[in-house]
Amino acid sequence: MTKSNSVVIIGGGHNGLICATYLAKAGHQVQLLEARDKVGGGASTSSFADGYSTSGLAHILYGLNAKVCKDLKLNIGDSASIQPVDTISLQLDGDHVTLGRDDVSAKSLSSKDLEAYRAFKKEFRGYAKALQPLMMNTPPRLKDMDKKDKLTLAKLGWSLRFGLGTDSMREFLRVGGINIYDVLNEVFDSPALKGAISVDAILGQHMGPRTPNTVLTYLQRLWGETQASQSIPIGGMGKVSAMLERAAVDAGVAIRTGVKVAKIIVENGRSQGVILQSGERVEANIVVSNADAKTTFIDLVGAPQLDAMFCHRVNSVRQHGDVAKLHFALTELPTFSGLSLQQLSQRLIIAPDMRYVEHAFNHSKYGEFSDNPVLEMTIPSVGDSSLAPAGHHVMSVSATFAPYHLKEGWQQQSRDTFVQRVTEVIERYAPEFSSSVTATELLTPVDIEDQYNITGGHWHHGELSIDQSFMMRPVHGSAQYQTPIDGLYLCGASAHPGGGITGVPGHNAAQRILAMGDI
Amino acid sequence: MLTQTDSHVTTDFREVLQPSPFQARINEQCLVQDWMSWNGYKTARVFDTLASEYFAVRSTCSVMDLTPMEKYRITGPDAQIFLNRLVTRDISTLKPQRVTYVIWCNDEGKVLDDGTIFHLSEGDYRLCSQHHQLDWLLISSLGFDVNIEQETHAIAALAIQGPTSCAVLTAAGIDGVDQLRPFDIGYRTLNGIDVMVSRTGFTGDLGYEVWADPDHALAVWDAIFLVKEQGLFDIRPIGLGALDMVRIEAGFIMPGDDFNTAETAVRADRDRSPYELGLAWLVNFKKPYFTGKKALLAESKKPTVRRLVRLSVEGNKSPTDAFLYDAKGGSRIGTIKSCVWSPILKMNVSLADVEFVKGKLPEQIWAEIYYQKELEWRATWAKCDVSAKPFWIHPRSSLTPPNRF
Repeated sequence: MTKSNSVVIIGGGHNGLICATYLAKAGHQVQLLEARDKVGGGASTSSFADGYSTSGLAHILYGLNAKVCKDLKLNIGDSASIQPVDTISLQLDGDHVTLGRDDVSAKSLSSKDLEAYRAFKKEFRGYAKALQPLMMNTPPRLKDMDKKDKLTLAKLGWSLRFGLGTDSMREFLRVGGINIYDVLNEVFDSPALKGAISVDAILGQHMGPRTPNTVLTYLQRLWGETQASQSIPIGGMGKVSAMLERAAVDAGVAIRTGVKVAKIIVENGRSQGVILQSGERVEANIVVSNADAKTTFIDLVGAPQLDAMFCHRVNSVRQHGDVAKLHFALTELPTFSGLSLQQLSQRLIIAPDMRYVEHAFNHSKYGEFSDNPVLEMTIPSVGDSSLAPAGHHVMSVSATFAPYHLKEGWQQQSRDTFVQRVTEVIERYAPEFSSSVTATELLTPVDIEDQYNITGGHWHHGELSIDQSFMMRPVHGSAQYQTPIDGLYLCGASAHPGGGITGVPGHNAAQRILAMGDI
Repeated sequence: MLTQTDSHVTTDFREVLQPSPFQARINEQCLVQDWMSWNGYKTARVFDTLASEYFAVRSTCSVMDLTPMEKYRITGPDAQIFLNRLVTRDISTLKPQRVTYVIWCNDEGKVLDDGTIFHLSEGDYRLCSQHHQLDWLLISSLGFDVNIEQETHAIAALAIQGPTSCAVLTAAGIDGVDQLRPFDIGYRTLNGIDVMVSRTGFTGDLGYEVWADPDHALAVWDAIFLVKEQGLFDIRPIGLGALDMVRIEAGFIMPGDDFNTAETAVRADRDRSPYELGLAWLVNFKKPYFTGKKALLAESKKPTVRRLVRLSVEGNKSPTDAFLYDAKGGSRIGTIKSCVWSPILKMNVSLADVEFVKGKLPEQIWAEIYYQKELEWRATWAKCDVSAKPFWIHPRSSLTPPNRF
């Protein structure tokens, strides 16, 4: 039997597309297999009601990697493709807090807080930058290091010690493992400001502001700011995927959609290709999985081909999503008290203070959704009329906490109640909101799992916690994009450095595969 | 699904060690009250004298309570492929009513425990192990449609070992014991009680294990000892002391005594692979993937670093815990793990952990032995020899049918 393709990529999420493109550019024959009817995965634009569409899962771009954009010649920086946005944290008294890259503004903020914000962002962006050598490289092994591992560690050490300087490094080591709650209390006075910043540390995670590790998650989010400004893609996140798809096709990647991989063929410890659900066998020298680790190892490779403890570790990855996605079709633009039309196009969040966020998280610990969920809202149709009928609008909301394992299960009644809760929270700020809603779509983490083929419906294919990061991502025994199966690699958010529309795992995986030289 | 059958677990908090279903008879016969814990059971180390118990195994017939041995029932559609992924040996060829000796490893190819797999009937297996393995079995069961039940307390078992063991069981009323080949399982009756008889043991001698419902335990015991009362054969209950002597003679290793199991080893070099235990013959790379295969494949290509060997030690001084050297006063190369003065062979035999030199056994091995004479310590050197074969495996242990007595 001949090997018709040298590389098969399982899953056409943005990382799969990016990895495929790099490998194709390097001269390899790459075939990409996507189970859904279009590529993009979580970076998609989907129609949820007749005439209304919006970003299907991810709706804010905050760190598509600059090197990836350059290498793949993605023309994504101009105003025709993205709209840069600030974050506006809504307050009941109408004194909304606007958080920019360097500056924050609100009437109630003291001059001390205004200055502290600037200093805080500079300092923490510095920490995020110091992690750059770790982010853009294969995470170094700590045992049996090769030259590259040592170099990466040396670069990291250099960038922490000399990039940051003595004082900053000491501070970085102090705050690195603690929680954002304590750090923000040290730095700021305004509860509103602290609440707003804490959202970036917990959104997408099963963590509250008081959870240790939330400084690290905040830094990972902030790292995006070192790459590109926070923005909303015109035409929805699917536009980004369309550009990546074009780059892949131009590079010679053969893309097949609507084909679900059923099994990864393993013979004598080496992957030989895949078997599709149709029974078709696709042979390849190299198999790269954009799917999460659980799907890749437990479902596609199968426990009988792997060591028992390795399977146990993969199965134990904490990967239960906690964010629901809601899409509202609106007959008119909602009126938020104190927000101008221009401001409506920004990233709006509801997290009035850190106690609110922590209390929202408390419910999720016990398998309940939040009484008062934390919301991240965008109304992309303000700057993009293609998403809704003329004069109408769409609102895209990420609502946390909505646990994957809801105690009573995501029955219709729970779903209705949750939508009701979210609507009520929005109406505190936009009193007439519900009267303009003509259609609603709710994607719970269970729906996200089903529709996007992500185990647990977790944004990041696994919590971005220290024990699931770097050389331990997704689990030790499969770091460095390699797996226990020779010729099988991971290129998705399961791998270092994790999720978000960054393209970094895809980029790093491709570099690793090329460096391994076994194509 | 996990179920645990605890029919014999006592509810009395003052009963620290739990009784075996044979306890009533064991208590009567254990004259020296030398008790120890075996997997939480009150177990006799010695019943009357060690020598008489030892010679019961080698010359007549011994009876030992096997109930405390960890036992797991493995059933379900994937029972066979689950076990084959667990152990290093290919058990897909293990036919119903047959038994095989196995070891299993962790991901790093280090031995977790050893034991036996009984293929009770098509697709129905019992795994017996030295140590508690339920958590590892459950971890290993991810991705397999298999049912694992701990049945340690649900099965009463006796080991009947020694040259006259077949004759004793026959005289006790079990038919067709003589037809069982080594590692066979037979379903029989004893005075109307259903018993399972397997030709298995840990002694290197002719012997059987009899398995029954705990409710019938005393009846089985009594039926066997009735043969002694009839004056036909000498039959003695034996404790773990005598068992330890005969198993060292037979070269059977004891996880936890002869090597640290991978689960209990703390220091990086204290766990052992099958190669390091001299059990390479149990590792089969031709079968489907099993836990530790990748690590063992890599290790198999490297020179041997150390190995557990059977070592005879000159002289009559006990080499207990002795250090081993590559010459008298030379470099230290290992230690004695288990040793015994073999009454039947009239020599010191042992199992020893020995470091290899450039992948080879050292040319000479010497033990430095410390011993006492009337409370005064002395030291001496004894030359050691590695034995390729077990010191004692009697031809009668594999003869079918066994000789009649």
